[in-house]
Amino acid sequence: MTDTAIQATNLSKAYRLGVANNSFPTLRDALASGARRIIHGEPDLGRRNSGDDQFWALRDVSFEVRTGEVLAVIGPNGAGKSTILKILAQIVEPTSGRARIRGRLGALLEVGTGFHAELTGRENIYLNGAILGMRRAEIRSKLDEIVDFSGVEPFLDTPVKRYSSGMYLRLAFAVAAHVEPDILVVDEVLAVGDAAFQKKCIGKVGQIAQTGRTVIFVSHQLPVVQKLCNRAILIGDGTIKADGPTAKVIETYLRTITDQAAEDLATRAVRSGRGRVRLMAIEIEGDTSVPTSGQRTRFRFRAAGDQSLVDCSFTIYDEFGDAVTSFDSAEHSDSELVGDSFVCEFQPLLLRPGRYRINAALTSREGALEDHVEGAATFDVQPGVLGGRLVNAEPGYGSMTMPHRWTRGT
Amino acid sequence: MGRQGRGDAIIVSVRTDTLPATVETVIDPSRKRRLIDLPELWRYREVVFFLAWRDFKVKYRQTYLGVLWAMLQPLVAMSVFSVFFGRLVGISSNGAPYPLFVLCGLVPWNFFSRAVGSMTGSLVSNQELVKRVYFPRLIIPVSAIAACLTDMIVGFALLFAALLAFGSWPAPQVLFLPLFVLVMAASATGLGVALSAINVRFRDVGYLVPFSLQIVLFMTPVVYPGNLVPPFWRPLYSLNPMVGVVEAVRWSVLGTPADWVMISISTLSSLALLVAGLAIFSKSERAFPDLI
Repeated sequence: MTDTAIQATNLSKAYRLGVANNSFPTLRDALASGARRIIHGEPDLGRRNSGDDQFWALRDVSFEVRTGEVLAVIGPNGAGKSTILKILAQIVEPTSGRARIRGRLGALLEVGTGFHAELTGRENIYLNGAILGMRRAEIRSKLDEIVDFSGVEPFLDTPVKRYSSGMYLRLAFAVAAHVEPDILVVDEVLAVGDAAFQKKCIGKVGQIAQTGRTVIFVSHQLPVVQKLCNRAILIGDGTIKADGPTAKVIETYLRTITDQAAEDLATRAVRSGRGRVRLMAIEIEGDTSVPTSGQRTRFRFRAAGDQSLVDCSFTIYDEFGDAVTSFDSAEHSDSELVGDSFVCEFQPLLLRPGRYRINAALTSREGALEDHVEGAATFDVQPGVLGGRLVNAEPGYGSMTMPHRWTRGT
Repeated sequence: MGRQGRGDAIIVSVRTDTLPATVETVIDPSRKRRLIDLPELWRYREVVFFLAWRDFKVKYRQTYLGVLWAMLQPLVAMSVFSVFFGRLVGISSNGAPYPLFVLCGLVPWNFFSRAVGSMTGSLVSNQELVKRVYFPRLIIPVSAIAACLTDMIVGFALLFAALLAFGSWPAPQVLFLPLFVLVMAASATGLGVALSAINVRFRDVGYLVPFSLQIVLFMTPVVYPGNLVPPFWRPLYSLNPMVGVVEAVRWSVLGTPADWVMISISTLSSLALLVAGLAIFSKSERAFPDLI
């Protein structure tokens, strides 16, 4: 048992909708509901809501992490990944369940927590280090290393409010990376700064993992996850969907995304919204039948129900789950409010070749969400020609292209 | 419960595979909560220090006079009150020179009102920390009150300088002064901690506090002596913890006669406030990240 770093048993977390997320409870509400209770003897409905307006961010999640393991937590946005980390870091309290953690746990949930704009770089290193759990002597001994890693040495005694955002993030990551807890919990913070610094950050996490420390790593960057982690957990809808060797879990993850997208949209059960209007089908067609870079492409969203005063929006994600771009008919609509389909035309399509996924939603003009489907469709973009230039299918060079022209001169 | 703060670095460095990891944290929503976890607070004392140090640094940054402000404010207030209440109204000061008398009230009162004021907003203004890192939440209001200590020390230094300037010497009972400062800190902590927790849920508190403090100033013997209040009302009056503190500070610094019944009631009220404040805080603590 001594080599178990974390043992989580049936962790669940419920949020109350409408209170935690939408509005602050005001004193007036509290007084009013208190008065109602006294006058009418009504139970305080505001407090003891059951069922409907509770949202389970996490439900009965159990897992174990052995000491020295480098575990990835992957899954779509809103699946509950961050909630797990926040519970382990003791920032939020689970609604039920328990977790045992052996050793000092350090969480890098957001870079720069506790930085104060008025203080200098040096002062912030001390402040931030202390907040992240370092002792003063420890910070002092690592000061040079931190400064070196961040590369902000010339500005060490300048207030950080005069830093560029890049310098700020570099310094913040440098402090966080030198905390050296027994268990390190990292949430996507690596996606900061320029590409070179990102590489350095990922290298640092890899280095920490190699020293035998336990690392839990949440990321959307599947290639990075694959490289750093030997085990992965797939989270979906607040539960564990898969747990095992990284490659296998990533495979499962990509398959679920595709499977979901293949499922007939009209009968899909996993969706949210009021449901007066629903998405029935999405057709994506290029001039040559398949979507191709640089060619005219049409996205047709077919809806059923009362479609007047409804707008359609969708977001395109790349295969790693990162949003590429988003469109909303409410903002740019030339069409009248009739017809059972929404057509969004791209002339030309500026996506690079690759696999994409879209989340689509219908929203009524009064602001209510009618229908929202994650992974509503998956499509592949074929290599094509844009403005007379070939758009290649080489992976790893981003998702977008744009019409351009090269010239050369002196 | 708490995570390891100090000391573990040493353990980590000598840790071998045969030695189990030494700290164990259990996260369990049904676990019992203590009113205050002193050992854990002690492990995080450096965070208290750094947060207080930050507040202090930021307070006088980009000011010309710097810490002199801590001296200027009570000095100006003392002069104004001496002219209006001491000279024009002619309020009794139990035999002591009125400027000294009023300063004895102003220094503790300024500390109390500033401490309560800054503690009230402390959790909300540090919400980034509350949402993103773990440490005992109590640290945030506690470091807010710690940052007010410097102003108070400057204030007392000013008071003793004024005492010497008036040609007097502190009475031997001045040795008891730290005790009363402690009582005052206890009541400010109790009140401030409770208000900071309530402010997370009801921001109304942020509006209510400054204005209530102004009213409480008049219910505290700062510009007038406590014995101006009719004897019948004194026990009720003394429920205000600052009544006893100001009376006791005057007794210990100026040697003016003190009403020990009033001081005792105020002291008990302070302790009750401390316990109640901590109880309110520890009860609402777990919901902070969800509400803030």
